[in-house]
Amino acid sequence: MVDSSMVLMGQTVAYTLYALSIMSLIGWFAYRITKSGKGMVIKPALFYAFFGLLVVTGVSLHIITHETIPWKPMDLNRATIKADKTFTISIVNHKFILPNKKMIIKKGEIVRFNVTSDDLTYGFGLFRPDNSMLFQMQVLPGYVNDVLWHFDRPGVYTIRSTEYSGPNGIGMIEKNAVEVIE
Amino acid sequence: MNFIQTLIKGEQGLFKPDTLTPMQKMTLRFVVVGLLYFGLAVIEGMIMRLYLVKPVVSLVPPEQFYGILTAHPLIGIFGSTYSIVFGAFLFLVPYLMKKPLWSIKLGNATFLLVAGGTFVFWLSGFITHYAPLYTLYWPLPADFTQFSVWGGTFFIVGIALVMLGTVFFVINIFATITYTPKGMAKQPAGALIASALGLSGFRNLFSKNKKEHLVSLPVAAIARGTIDAALNSGIILFTGVLILVYMIAAILGYNLKHSAIDALLYKNWFWWGLDLIADGLVLIFVAGTWYLIATMITGKKLFMENVARAALFVELVVSWTVWSHHLMSDQAQPGILKVVSGEMVTAFELITQGLAFFITLVTLWSARPLKMSNPLKFLLGGLLGFALAVPAGIIQADLGLNRILHNTQWIVGPHVHVAVLVGLTMTLYSAIYLLFPILTNGAKLYSEKLANIHFWAHLLGGIGMGAFMGMAGLQGMLRRMIYFDGEFTVFMVLAALAGSLILLGFVAFFFNIVMSVGLNGVIGILMPSKLKTKALLPK
Repeated sequence: MVDSSMVLMGQTVAYTLYALSIMSLIGWFAYRITKSGKGMVIKPALFYAFFGLLVVTGVSLHIITHETIPWKPMDLNRATIKADKTFTISIVNHKFILPNKKMIIKKGEIVRFNVTSDDLTYGFGLFRPDNSMLFQMQVLPGYVNDVLWHFDRPGVYTIRSTEYSGPNGIGMIEKNAVEVIE
Repeated sequence: MNFIQTLIKGEQGLFKPDTLTPMQKMTLRFVVVGLLYFGLAVIEGMIMRLYLVKPVVSLVPPEQFYGILTAHPLIGIFGSTYSIVFGAFLFLVPYLMKKPLWSIKLGNATFLLVAGGTFVFWLSGFITHYAPLYTLYWPLPADFTQFSVWGGTFFIVGIALVMLGTVFFVINIFATITYTPKGMAKQPAGALIASALGLSGFRNLFSKNKKEHLVSLPVAAIARGTIDAALNSGIILFTGVLILVYMIAAILGYNLKHSAIDALLYKNWFWWGLDLIADGLVLIFVAGTWYLIATMITGKKLFMENVARAALFVELVVSWTVWSHHLMSDQAQPGILKVVSGEMVTAFELITQGLAFFITLVTLWSARPLKMSNPLKFLLGGLLGFALAVPAGIIQADLGLNRILHNTQWIVGPHVHVAVLVGLTMTLYSAIYLLFPILTNGAKLYSEKLANIHFWAHLLGGIGMGAFMGMAGLQGMLRRMIYFDGEFTVFMVLAALAGSLILLGFVAFFFNIVMSVGLNGVIGILMPSKLKTKALLPK
């Protein structure tokens, strides 16, 4: 399965190429605009072609991610997907209350995390040992906030709150609280 | 003139504050205060940048850090951008419509309310560490176990003063567009409003009988953005009153239930209002400013003007329906809203901003060769900023990518800071350099070298800072989080170095402006005008 680190690598490459291209374009434009030459008339057809390109780009991004990022369709249809395992977690007074000290998941399992807050708005995210993010969601008081994730490789993950909840929230870390085993 | 004489009297003694009209003085006051608040935002930004390299808790406790973090964007947007934009538009609308501002008194009241309100919320946040961030996610602003109720009360009152000033600005803009000054032929208020909203451009697109526009395109853009400013101030004022109810109850000894307010409904409501600024007003005001600067630099008509006008009208619909991209990680938010509002409508911003980008470049191209003046180079910087920042935001507004990017440094770096610092601020600098001789009756810039340092330091600093923050975000670094174990030190050192370039650019610019008008000139701007006229410029 495509991993979040692989998706982020693809995004890094694509955006870097785009950024370098657009900076080069503006640099070229800034140079050329100071030079004399026949005032080139831009035809409206080019304008409408550019308009079409923007439409195709804007729409195709979401279609491509829907077809290539597995957790996107899974998230939209999560109400109808049966999880192999469900963990219920609550947060109160800037503290995660976990069902167990370590939540064990078998490789290949689809897991649902139901997270509730008794007071403030928090976040719930899983992070790898190198601090990169596996996934996250917001945790709103008054709602059961659920996220579904397919764990397809072994690993150990730390839970962090990914939403600011006041200065008391900076210590909301549960180190190595999730482990995926073979 | 030697250095000291120039410092006191300005470059070649050309700036004479006594010759300024009340309108020029009002506009210059807005700009001066806006630049001072920008300087404050940059200094606060640098403090936070250094803190993220190495948090020295003994010197700046986390409560103080978050107090600064809360005030920082509000000072940048309200204290700086609102001041500069309001000042410029209160001058430009009557200037372009060839009639006096409807009320200079109301304009001065706007100035005092925005400047004073910003100082009140900054001070209360700095002293009491009231820090619910600008997002104010319920019930954090009413969490009095973490925050001082009195600090919060003054903070909200400060914000309310800014919003009141915004309401006065809105009234002044629309009254100026529609009113008939004494001695002029009766103006068709309804037709002027229709033209100002972009409806005439929309009609011309589909009609063979094309009609003349009653309102110039930049005025149409200003009017269109001003609607969002009005709605936004209404939302923020209402939210402020709601929070004040909880604060006053706490002061009186009552503990109101937080659960009386639905956190998701509140979040939708507040983001709907905030996005009228972040995704509506900014893009529209900026597009209008690009069009104005491009036509003033080239002296040419705008390319595809009817489309540009119609796009302003379409942007009205977009900015009113785009908010849900901020709630893509909120699992209780309906999926249909995430897809339609969050993904699809947001993608429309790529189109509206892309068209404005294209139209501006083609308009400039049609007039080549152009001299690479300060307004032109800063305009190109502003265009580049949005060309980098808008796609970065579109990437974030995807259900798949948002799951692994939300609240990371990616969103606040390549999207927010590049949009605000490079896109928006460089556009504003372009307008300031362009309007400087008009507003000062022909004062001369002290140093072109300093203007060049300002340009390159700001451009490289802004893009560099956004890029290094973005790299940290892709590695998992969260925004609004203090890391004590040096997890992202390399990226934060590089971001701080880039940030220091922005500070250097600002110092170069500020020194250049002070040397251009002189200390006497700065004081003269703050003194009342001796001319009794409603005219924009002296005869």
